[in-house]
Amino acid sequence: MTSNLVIVAFERPAIDWHAVAPEIVLLSVGVLVTLLDILFLEKARPYMAALSGLGILATAIPLLTLGIDGNDRILFDGAYVVDDFSLVLKAVFLLAGYVVVLLSTNYIVDGDYWESEYYGLLLASLMGMVMMASSRDLISVFVALELLSIPAYLMVAWRKRDPKSNEAGLKYYLMGVFASAVMLYGMSLLFGVSGTTVLSGIADSIQSGNASSSVMTLGIVFVVAGFAFKVSAVPFHTWAPDVYEGAPTPVTAFLSVSSKTAGFVALLALIFVGFYELSNVWEPLIWVLSALSMTVGNLIALRQKNIVRLMAYSGVAQTGFMIAPLAVAGHSLTTGDQALSAVITYLAIYAAMNLGAFAVIITLARRTGTAEIDSFAGAFHFAPGLTVAMTIFLFSLAGIPPLGGWFAKFEVFRVLATAGETWGYLLAVVAAINSVIALFYYASIARKMWADESAGVDLNQVDITPSLVSALGICVIVTLLFGIFPQLVARFTEVSLLALGA
Amino acid sequence: MENLLDSWGLTVITFSPLLGALVMFLLPKEKEQEHKVIALVTSIWVAFVGLILLIWFDLDATDRLQYVVDKSWIEAIHSRYVVGLDGISLPLVLLTVLIVPLCIVYSWNHFPEPKNPKTFLILILVLETGMIGTFVAQDMVLFFVFFEVVLLPMFFMIAVWGGPNRRYASLKFFLYTLFGSALMLVSFLSLFFLTGAESFVFTEIADNVVANAVSRTAQLWIFGGMFLGFGIKVPMFPFHTWLPDAHTEAPTVGSVILAAVLLKLGTYGFVRIAIPLLPEAAVEWAPWIGLLAVIGIIYGAFCCLAQTDMKRLIAFSSVAHMGFVMLGISTLTDFGINAAIMGMVAHGLITGMLFFLAGSMKERYHTLEIKRLGGLLVQAPKMGWILGFCAMASLGLPGLAGFWGEFPAILSAYNPANGLPVETFRTFMVVAALGTVLAAGYLLWLLQRAAFGTPKDEFAEDPNIHDTTKTEWIAWAPLLALILALGIYPNLVFRTTDGAVDASLTPCLTIDVNKLSHEEIKSAHCPEVYGLEDHDSDHHAASKGS
Repeated sequence: MTSNLVIVAFERPAIDWHAVAPEIVLLSVGVLVTLLDILFLEKARPYMAALSGLGILATAIPLLTLGIDGNDRILFDGAYVVDDFSLVLKAVFLLAGYVVVLLSTNYIVDGDYWESEYYGLLLASLMGMVMMASSRDLISVFVALELLSIPAYLMVAWRKRDPKSNEAGLKYYLMGVFASAVMLYGMSLLFGVSGTTVLSGIADSIQSGNASSSVMTLGIVFVVAGFAFKVSAVPFHTWAPDVYEGAPTPVTAFLSVSSKTAGFVALLALIFVGFYELSNVWEPLIWVLSALSMTVGNLIALRQKNIVRLMAYSGVAQTGFMIAPLAVAGHSLTTGDQALSAVITYLAIYAAMNLGAFAVIITLARRTGTAEIDSFAGAFHFAPGLTVAMTIFLFSLAGIPPLGGWFAKFEVFRVLATAGETWGYLLAVVAAINSVIALFYYASIARKMWADESAGVDLNQVDITPSLVSALGICVIVTLLFGIFPQLVARFTEVSLLALGA
Repeated sequence: MENLLDSWGLTVITFSPLLGALVMFLLPKEKEQEHKVIALVTSIWVAFVGLILLIWFDLDATDRLQYVVDKSWIEAIHSRYVVGLDGISLPLVLLTVLIVPLCIVYSWNHFPEPKNPKTFLILILVLETGMIGTFVAQDMVLFFVFFEVVLLPMFFMIAVWGGPNRRYASLKFFLYTLFGSALMLVSFLSLFFLTGAESFVFTEIADNVVANAVSRTAQLWIFGGMFLGFGIKVPMFPFHTWLPDAHTEAPTVGSVILAAVLLKLGTYGFVRIAIPLLPEAAVEWAPWIGLLAVIGIIYGAFCCLAQTDMKRLIAFSSVAHMGFVMLGISTLTDFGINAAIMGMVAHGLITGMLFFLAGSMKERYHTLEIKRLGGLLVQAPKMGWILGFCAMASLGLPGLAGFWGEFPAILSAYNPANGLPVETFRTFMVVAALGTVLAAGYLLWLLQRAAFGTPKDEFAEDPNIHDTTKTEWIAWAPLLALILALGIYPNLVFRTTDGAVDASLTPCLTIDVNKLSHEEIKSAHCPEVYGLEDHDSDHHAASKGS
């Protein structure tokens, strides 16, 4: 045996360089940032944010050429696939990453935190996400997951002089590692019964009926639970509020949008490419996760006094909405495709509106110096522009037309109703009731900002920096455009993973 | 000219207000005068377009959608941008484009606290886009979007410019309506799916409901969802509790728009969507709708008698009046629904006017507590007479608009559509007729306490209490004139609505069983639910017996 391994020389698998060009560009920028820091130290620091931002935009160029080319590219025996699904999500990751860089620029400078390392880690994490969009193999999924998580553990603890941030970092790390362990155990079970790590191979072994279904079920449950942690679905959400509150706010924005999206991407790939046939296993699981996340997230959000904690719980509830279409995705192939586009649509719109909300929170907190909701009172008088922007984001999150969020929610309802199953209708009703509960706290914030007397917080006359203005501008425009012309987003999210599996 | 109007008229009338709002958004807040002028010019332009649309409207074909535009919008979900105007929409669109400029004129010199005309006027214009859009949309998704667009501006109008309890009232208004519309959306989507329609366009769905025989149970549930959505908006008893709070707290102009137009979105939804699309479910739901409507009439009236605040009293009178409208709709007859639309227009004009009056009185007296008011006719005689005029119109005095909403609605319950329990509806009729007596009671009592007698001591020497001002006259004169005009010549409305209403109802509802022969009834192929078979055999048995 050992001699065999020695004799077979390592043969480099054929690599489609065009297909991995985005990853290579992103990697180069990340390395460049780190190298420049080592070489020039202080002198390079002011340029790091701009360099990272440009690097992310540069990554979008090969993405565009791949999109224009339009062929599906399968690499490494199916472990890494570049198709429409992955391209759309890579674009979402890059845009969200770019906005996060814009949000971070002044926050990191003003806090006197390490800058170059921050952007290096941010790019590394982004790299993990971009890889995740293409991963179709248990191992590449896992590697991508760790690549995106480990830098995030560090970034959460970036406000190093604040014990809360340290606590958050440690908490996130421990919970994250625990979830990884559970997931990895599930993956080992899946590999054990199917004999392959490629997702389409797992699908084949499910279809052929060779694999023991009870072990398979256990494996699926563990893997889904692991990703439920990543997307902060109830009952795996407990880390979110503390971590969100302790982390630097731009990092919170990054976790709540990009990291969550990455978790969803993996979940989608696993479910649609790998486990699709066993819908009787994952559908009920998702149903419960969805109903619980919506209800628990919303109910706890009602009682929050800190805006970031509120966004954490609202994020949990939003996860419930996003995951809902998957609860009926196994009904038929058409429903499956629709559920997939519904989730991706939601993710794309959610990225814009949630990042926007955090942009306002960061900007307002620069002036008021606190994240208590009460400090937002009367914002209409001292920051009318920000108030209008925040109103747009909040009501978009609540799903009020004509703001982007309505179409996201609409797609969810559409899939649930289209499946024509009692459970689907039931979840739709749960979702409808939850939209009302969610509106209560979103509208309360808006009302506080518009109608209440200012609580008399001392306002710093800090100017709103150009990078924050551009971040806000991007988010407002995208949120409005997606709401009024949903076809803009819908035409990109009409992708399918099922055709590939078949 | 006509061609241009055909393809652009409705789009222009719907989105012009939004354009005006956008221009104002870009102007700095300090330029108050410019803001007012832009808002007024925009709303007058919209009213002008509305007038042109009326002039070119083919009144001989009111059942046909006119000025139809059909463009692709969200291909991914088969939703299209389809707008059109028929005899049902026309009066409501005209009501909207009339009310909005009057509201802007009215608020010209007295914006409620905390002033900020820029934002206030922007909200009114956005509201106008939402309202007109709802009345012209012919696609379920488009309708839903416009239906929801009105929520935000109204929410802010109440929350920012409202009375002392505005925080509670604004949120309550928003939550109630959203709850209904979320379930309504689920209903729309299930209907779309179950019919297997190619698009969300109303006519397309309606055709497919018939063609694909959606199961009775599904129809009943779907109608139930729509009932909640529209019923909360109307609002019907027992979902009405948001209305008095919202009205009491809203600024004057907000109350006027709320009463004059927003409530009509609910009733319009029944007439335009729920009943034409699901006639069989409507037959089964109608007795319950009728029951809630008459409860609303009586309950609203009793609440009015118990109110101590004038504005709240008018708000509860809305509950009662919308009860009459819903009673008319629940008969599912051509007659009843025509009456209902007339009722909507009349209520819009009259109650809108009453809220204007309440606002003006509040400005003079700084209170609307009825027992502190009195002697309005002594201190401000013209305003006192206007109040008397509106109270008369509201209680349904023949010769004024209110009569033509109330009386035919009651009358229509005598002879409801096929398949509805006649005895039940005749009972409703009697109860509703009692409601008009109560209406006369609370309105005359209000008039007596507020306008007659001598002024109370605290206000007797108040220099603040003066008669109707010029801006008030400009804002009110068109409403007062229309109340009179529609009262004398109600055909102004009936002429446009009749054909469209008739076309929106399935023949099975309106077949006159006593006039047609057995074969003719049979050839209509009506499902059991309309009870035509029974009628038929009764008829035959009767004829055999004789």
